[in-house]
Amino acid sequence: MAVFWILLSGIFDAFHVISGLVCCSIVSVISHDLLVKGKSERKLAKLLRLLMYLPWELWQIVLANIDVAYRVLHPKMPIDPLVIEFETTLRGEFSLLTLANSITLTPGTITILVDPERGKFWVHAIAKEPADALLVDQTMQRKVAHVFMETAVETRTLYPERTGDL
Amino acid sequence: MVIVNIIVTVLLAAGIFFFLVGSIGLLRFPDFYTRLHATGKCDTLGGGLVILGAIIYHFFQYPETLLVPAKLAFLVFFIFIANPTATHAIMKAAYKTGVKPWRLGEERR
Repeated sequence: MAVFWILLSGIFDAFHVISGLVCCSIVSVISHDLLVKGKSERKLAKLLRLLMYLPWELWQIVLANIDVAYRVLHPKMPIDPLVIEFETTLRGEFSLLTLANSITLTPGTITILVDPERGKFWVHAIAKEPADALLVDQTMQRKVAHVFMETAVETRTLYPERTGDL
Repeated sequence: MVIVNIIVTVLLAAGIFFFLVGSIGLLRFPDFYTRLHATGKCDTLGGGLVILGAIIYHFFQYPETLLVPAKLAFLVFFIFIANPTATHAIMKAAYKTGVKPWRLGEERR
């Protein structure tokens, strides 16, 4: 392919040959998922999905801070903290990291502990609604699973009386 | 230039407002974990907004040097990753040491 292009252009100095080689190698690295058989990690697709996930996460950061501002400045201070525990089927190191960071950045929840072998998260929630958004809706787990192309989740709640022991 | 000044002022004011909310939350909340909620989240966004205002101002005021806005953008990216990680690390240390979370109806700690 490179030889064909060089023949067509007719310019044989070093700059064009080297830039042609560089372009060929970049294209082959990116598209080698299509050419090579076997278990492909599809890193480029995951990177693009991660870049598409970032604007949603930035919007969640803004919502989180507006939520905290509401709870802080309200005269009655509506907080009702509880510790919840749930399991996910995400196992990759980077996907667990992304989920833990996203939980810390979204309204009302902070990750306390992660168990990487069983995919367990202990999360401190500041009220019932953010805890429900994490347990019942499971929007964030599904989005992170979509980014890293792993399967979905299952959860169960730790009863609030059992907080404090692991 | 006037519109840029207005945008930068709004961004800086919003950033300072979130820092103020974080500090008020630090004083008002009754427990270690809830105080971490307030400061960890509000400081992240407040710092991000202030630096974003600085980026926009510098980009329009001194259009020759693009290196400074690039470095500031890198700083924002770093803050958005390092602040939640630090918050999580502090909370994990407290949980392992045995600090008990506050429930509704108890007194302040």
